[in-house]
Amino acid sequence: MELFINQILAGIATGAIYACMALAIVMIYQAIDHLNFAQGEMAMFSTFVSWQLMQWGVPYWGAFLITLVFSFFAGIAIERVLFKPLAKAPILTQVAGFIALYAIINSCAGLIWDFTIKQYPTPFGSSPFLGSQLISTHQAGMIGITLLMLLGLFFFFRYTRVGLAMRAAASLPESARLVGINTSWMIALGWGMAAAIGSVAGMMIAPVVFLEPNMMLGVLIYGFAAAVLGGLTSPFGAVVGGFLVGIFENLVGTYIPGVGNELKLPIALALIITVLVIKPAGLFGRHIVKRV
Amino acid sequence: MSAAEDLATHAPAVEAVPKRAMTLSAGTTIAILAVLVLVPAFTKNFVIFQLTMLLIYGLAVLALNILTGGSGQFSLGQSAFYAIGAYTSAILMEQYNVNYVLTLPVAGIICFGAGFLFGLPALRLSGVYLALATFALATAMPQLLKLGFFEPWTGGVQGLVVTKPDAPFGLPIGQDAWLYYFTLAVTVAIYIFSINLLRSRSGRAFMAIRDNEIAASAMGIDVSLYKTLAFGVSAGITGVAGGLGAIAVQFVAPDSYTIQLAISLFLGMVVGGVGWLPGSFVGAAFIIFVPNMAENISKGLSGAVFGVLLFLVIFLVPHGARQIAIVGQRLIGKLKKS
Repeated sequence: MELFINQILAGIATGAIYACMALAIVMIYQAIDHLNFAQGEMAMFSTFVSWQLMQWGVPYWGAFLITLVFSFFAGIAIERVLFKPLAKAPILTQVAGFIALYAIINSCAGLIWDFTIKQYPTPFGSSPFLGSQLISTHQAGMIGITLLMLLGLFFFFRYTRVGLAMRAAASLPESARLVGINTSWMIALGWGMAAAIGSVAGMMIAPVVFLEPNMMLGVLIYGFAAAVLGGLTSPFGAVVGGFLVGIFENLVGTYIPGVGNELKLPIALALIITVLVIKPAGLFGRHIVKRV
Repeated sequence: MSAAEDLATHAPAVEAVPKRAMTLSAGTTIAILAVLVLVPAFTKNFVIFQLTMLLIYGLAVLALNILTGGSGQFSLGQSAFYAIGAYTSAILMEQYNVNYVLTLPVAGIICFGAGFLFGLPALRLSGVYLALATFALATAMPQLLKLGFFEPWTGGVQGLVVTKPDAPFGLPIGQDAWLYYFTLAVTVAIYIFSINLLRSRSGRAFMAIRDNEIAASAMGIDVSLYKTLAFGVSAGITGVAGGLGAIAVQFVAPDSYTIQLAISLFLGMVVGGVGWLPGSFVGAAFIIFVPNMAENISKGLSGAVFGVLLFLVIFLVPHGARQIAIVGQRLIGKLKKS
């Protein structure tokens, strides 16, 4: 029983990372109805930026804030320059665009900071949290930050005018335009926020997986799994999905023999396909009906 | 979130391509084939090897083209089927001493089965969801191949070394040249098969599904059967390409078949023009030669160059090489008139 509870705790800790990533994925999905395959790479690039800032002597939280702002504006810039012209293009073209972005960012990060693995600091320390062996203060901090972000997003969407406008633009673009909402800029804002959330995910996970250009691939797949499980249309669902996926991964690894780290990605694959086949809308998502 | 059911109207997944626009004229085809047959007589072994790889990747892109350009489904997971094909050939050749020619149909059939099975759950997915599922498949594949359970056959992380076949019947040509001609023969056979497939009843069914799924089912097309069939055929051809690739490279290892390969193949299709079969080989040339050139300029640059060029293609020539070919044809027509 002790082991079981510990494994669940550890699962929640890893789940926090997936939850952050899933939150970013859902933000963009809400805005443009597409999965951003480059989300992980954008987060990785942001993390490198913050690392570079720290190398130049900026203190952790300073670098954290600057990176948030940088990611926000970089996200908006990417949308304005590259994806706004593609808004009406067939899905294939858009997927190609995301793939291209993935390749560019991955390769640029490798060019600038090369492919060696780098240490990344944590602001929370890494001593055991409240005497537990499995969960460190860093992981506890990570869970805290994820929940804080979710709370912030909830208040933003529920109680601010811009949040309301973004929701309107996402659910009924035509009507939103008629009441004077600039839907095009709402989409850009969605990109910016997703990029900022992704950068937080990157900076939180970097101390765990170490910093290198390919660090986000596994996290991205698990983020997708979490987003799909929670429902691609629900930020709350994405966070719950993230924690569930984290717990699931840990329990499977502990109790099913022969399933270790080497099967990490196939588990995510199985999870994604199972959810998409059995309940495509996810746990908390809306059903979308297509009109012919 | 409200439980209300939302209505969504979507852009088509893939733009329609008329059937006639999918191939080249007979004269052009024969001319290109003649060049391909004569080239090895005038070039070095390394160039022959590169041309062999071009044909192999061309086949893999062609397979993706049948799936996407033909039936309108996405796949970012072609590298997984390529890997299965490569491993099938390598294992049969090295562990069971099967003749390399015989391993290719086996690779094709196994991949057809794998594709068909993967197509079953994929049936319920469309557009981005399918892209997501196949993306996950491609990222998971190297880990599956490294599994300790399969190690007696696959050689684990180390991979397998494959012996290069000699030319049969004492033909006076080198191993590379023989492999090139062998690959060329397989490629031509599969190319003819693909063209006929797309012109057949099944091909028309694919295209009907691509253009409007509901209309297609109203016309009596078994949508789920043809969608999985397209997946199976595409995976099968990719598998043959993978088998050929294993023989040509003489080595298989899990990390040769990462998501990067899947991205390259996808890129090849977009560059060559979605739905234009000859474009597959243009796309293949692109994914083989461009990284080489980029690496010459700076190491690690190939990804960035790929991405930038992909964006340029999307923005400037959304139909890829097909568009350029059509413009070229018109120019020639004008010159003839004047």
